[in-house]
Amino acid sequence: MGIRFILMVNKQGQTRLAQYFEYLTLEERRALEGEIVRKCLARNDQQCSFVEHRNYKIVYRRYASLFFLVGVDNEENELAILEFIHLLVETMDRHFGNVCELDIMFHLEKAHFMLEEMVMNGCIVETSKSNILTPIQLLDKAS
Amino acid sequence: MSSQGGFGQSKEFLDLVKSIGEARSKAEEDRIVLREVETLKRRIAEPEIPKRKLKEYILRLVYVEMLGHDASFGYIHAVKMTHDESLLLKRTGYLAVTLFLNEDHDLIILIVNTIQKDLKSDNYLVVCAALNAVCKLINEETIPAVLPQVVELLGHPKEAVRKKAVMALHRFYQRSSSSVTHLISNFRKKLCDNDPGVMGATLCPLFDLITIDVNSYKDLVVSFVNILKQVAERRLPKSYDYHQMPAPFIQIKLLKILSVLGNGDKQASEQMYTVLGDSMRKCDSTSNIGNAVLYECICCVSSLHPNPKLIESAADAISKFLKSDSHNLKYMGIDALGRLIKISPEIAEKHQLAVIDCLEDPDDTLKRKTFELLYKMTKSSNVEVIVDRMIDYMISINDNHYKTEIASRCVELGEQFAPSNQWFIQTMNKVFEHAGDLVNIKVAHNLMRLIAEGFGEDDDTADSQLRSSAVESYLRIIGEPKLPSAFLQVICWVLGEYGTADGRYSPSYITGKLCDVAEAHSSDDMVKAYAVTALMKIYSFEIAAGRKVEMLPECQSLIEEVSASHSTDLQQRAYELQAVIGLNAHAVGNIMPLDASCEDIEIDKSLSFLDNYVQQALEKGAQPYIPESERSGVLNISNFRSQDQHEASIHALRFEAYELPKPSLPSRTTPVTLASSTELVPVPEPSYPREVHQAASVPSLTDTGSSDLKLRLDGVQKKWGRSTYSSAPSTSNSDSHRTGNGATPDVVASVNSKAREVSYASRRSQVEISPEKQKLAASLFGGTTKPEKKQSSSGHKVSKTNSHATDKSHGAKGAISSETHAVSTTTLQPPPDLLDLGEPIITSNAPSVDPFKQLEGLLDLTQDTSVVNSGAAGATKAPDIMSLYAEMPTSGQSDSVANPLSSDIYDATLISGLSNATNRTSHGGNTIMQPTQLSKGPNPKGSLEKDALVRQLGVNPSSQNPNLFKDLLG
Repeated sequence: MGIRFILMVNKQGQTRLAQYFEYLTLEERRALEGEIVRKCLARNDQQCSFVEHRNYKIVYRRYASLFFLVGVDNEENELAILEFIHLLVETMDRHFGNVCELDIMFHLEKAHFMLEEMVMNGCIVETSKSNILTPIQLLDKAS
Repeated sequence: MSSQGGFGQSKEFLDLVKSIGEARSKAEEDRIVLREVETLKRRIAEPEIPKRKLKEYILRLVYVEMLGHDASFGYIHAVKMTHDESLLLKRTGYLAVTLFLNEDHDLIILIVNTIQKDLKSDNYLVVCAALNAVCKLINEETIPAVLPQVVELLGHPKEAVRKKAVMALHRFYQRSSSSVTHLISNFRKKLCDNDPGVMGATLCPLFDLITIDVNSYKDLVVSFVNILKQVAERRLPKSYDYHQMPAPFIQIKLLKILSVLGNGDKQASEQMYTVLGDSMRKCDSTSNIGNAVLYECICCVSSLHPNPKLIESAADAISKFLKSDSHNLKYMGIDALGRLIKISPEIAEKHQLAVIDCLEDPDDTLKRKTFELLYKMTKSSNVEVIVDRMIDYMISINDNHYKTEIASRCVELGEQFAPSNQWFIQTMNKVFEHAGDLVNIKVAHNLMRLIAEGFGEDDDTADSQLRSSAVESYLRIIGEPKLPSAFLQVICWVLGEYGTADGRYSPSYITGKLCDVAEAHSSDDMVKAYAVTALMKIYSFEIAAGRKVEMLPECQSLIEEVSASHSTDLQQRAYELQAVIGLNAHAVGNIMPLDASCEDIEIDKSLSFLDNYVQQALEKGAQPYIPESERSGVLNISNFRSQDQHEASIHALRFEAYELPKPSLPSRTTPVTLASSTELVPVPEPSYPREVHQAASVPSLTDTGSSDLKLRLDGVQKKWGRSTYSSAPSTSNSDSHRTGNGATPDVVASVNSKAREVSYASRRSQVEISPEKQKLAASLFGGTTKPEKKQSSSGHKVSKTNSHATDKSHGAKGAISSETHAVSTTTLQPPPDLLDLGEPIITSNAPSVDPFKQLEGLLDLTQDTSVVNSGAAGATKAPDIMSLYAEMPTSGQSDSVANPLSSDIYDATLISGLSNATNRTSHGGNTIMQPTQLSKGPNPKGSLEKDALVRQLGVNPSSQNPNLFKDLLG
């Protein structure tokens, strides 16, 4: 199944975006996010960008105040996921121009749309930035 | 800020987002969100909300849920919005619905209709939005409703639609593979789609399919190889490039597929070698993504039928990973190493220092990964070190999930490779003490069985020694607070069975201890039950031996208390105990035979021994027994009959109730006769314990390398790592010795076996000595002093055997007539099973005949070696000797700096007899050690420079994109 969830959390631990590819109840999500964020925020730059948590492996990357966390299962290539995060950020950067936390907050739906293009059923399905952004640009034009 | 101005967002929405963004604490955030919930509840139900406003409300609902609050009051509005004609609103509606609902939600049924309609839309963006929702919301029951349309969309002119349709079908396959079995061929077709995006997406379902059924897809090997080749040759559109790598994510997926297809298939593998080699060469090892692809290549290489060239380049890549300063790369390196050692075990040795460094690293992630590697390379020679390490780590962590995992790994390794039963028991004690409630209860039962069965040989003294030591260790531990229940059960059982067996402890002492346990854990009925039964056994053994039993007052009060227990099981045990004590010695001896826990209990199911009794009863006019199967029909009749016969028949109803149990009345004696079967101690399950039994007997057989292999394969789940690892070296070694040295097979063989005996000890020292960081090493030694003390006796043995071995090897040297033998031994040495002590022993003789060294004119060094070796042999301090070998690789490298000539030899023979010597001298005086070390180890200056370089190259995420997020909050 690969990717189980994608989270964006700021360094205060507040969730900025959450996308799950398996169903968890509200309480489970809340607990999981809390535990993971606590674990990841406590780590320093020298340490691995990977953390094991329960049966997940969390790959995370920090951009300024924002942490991108991707929960994967055991068979995933962690380094590739790390770069996938960067690809996501580059894509958002191309769309928003100097993307920042507020961009994601104000355009939560667009951030989600991008993810919808890139990941389906927990698999990475699209990595071409133009292919990812075309539908979103068309949406912008249409409205 | 551009984002705050336009886009038609209302001030309200902006304010909400801002206030959430500025919230200082979770509590403040919660307050804001709860207020928002109230507002939305009021507003969203208002009639005639403008569409744009509604979209905003829905997004605010998304926020509410994202921040952990219930927004179910608004779900229906999100569902309604999916009906909207505006594309943006529709897509937002679908998004909200997929975020809110799971596939079993009641509202799904309302959406299916909309999805059906949208799948037929002319606007491909609408179709895409609907397909997104299909992937998240369609469950097994609703698949048929959309399946025909999804299949049709596989041929849609727009590639984006085809891609999503493929993924929708993938999703159906995941949910319910039976509903789409007839459509699976579509995935094959879509692999040939001329759009790379569709092809890339199709790899996902194909990977799943191939993982499940490899053989049906072997014909696709050529296609995948071709695709990978084209991708690597940059035939895909530029937009798929990422950091100068051509479509790396597609490459990775392809490599994953190839590794499945080529696994254990020589023919398929051969088709892949070329493209794999090319891909590896093309990987840019300075970028993360290049390394990600490289890592995937290594994984693929280690899964394919072995190819020496590829293995070599994989090994090179791994060593680059491990030498990197980036923890991420080290992590990948350790993982890759764990994969590669299963086909090329000897490379583990080259990297032992790096591995030890990772094991010592404060980073938990890296440490765990390294433990995983160690777990994979465990064999009988290093099991003690590894398991000791694992247990130490297990004790140090709080994470129950991982604690359970590592505890069960310890148990598994212990069962498979335990060098002695004593060690096994001690190890299990530790595991139980610290994670007893987390491991499977079967493990506890296993432990009991092992103690009861001992070595499984006829050696009774060893068995009783084992039991005595178990009893002794348990009596020592028993007083400790907070022992896990499972462990206490084992303790009670062993004390009951063997507490008084060797006569060292008096029955009153043991029974006193048992009473203490029962008292201290009065809330745990299981433990109490075990304790009571143990008491019964001790008393029974005493009575059977003809001694008089005097029950301690605390036992008496315990029995009284228990016989009034609310647990019927406990009650029965108490009554049984009281009954047994009242019987004579002979009867008790029959009920509770000494040390008979492993005897098979014969159960006479027909209860023939009761025939007489039944006969008598029948003669006295009792009812004959009616089998249960016949009972229902006959029941009434018999009732009537008995009514006729008996006076009590007046109460017809009652009669029936009393009638049935009657036949079982005689069975009151059975619980006594079968006493040992009624106790809680499990009648061991046939398969599981037997495995242990075999594993337990392994150590006694280990001297013959190959035979233990066969045994170990039993019940091993993940056997690939170990079996190959230990098999290759041991067989090749003994064989080569025998064939290469026909003249003196005995001598060499004995060297071999001696080396084997001690090799585990030297393994330990290898782990303990971290030559790169002396301080770290010191702390390491401090950390493991305990196990060392425990092993002091074996350490002594090690040094002794070592001197023996050296002697023998000298003898062997004399006997060796041909040079070829020396060469063959040396080249064959590296296989890791013998490694360590085995090597140097032979190195000491190798140099004297090795032509290389004579050529190099390094004879003085050679002499050094032998001096060192014999000196080491003479010394009784085992760690010293072992440190010698532990440092070989370092010394090999440091040597290459100091002496370029000898490094050639090192490379050629893979043995560092010479470098050993230099190392030895440097070891003696630390001052010499330092410079050589610096030349190799990560000196701080160098690493700083490297770090800077790495940062420049963009390995470190935080500094990678200085432009990103320039304008952040605050």
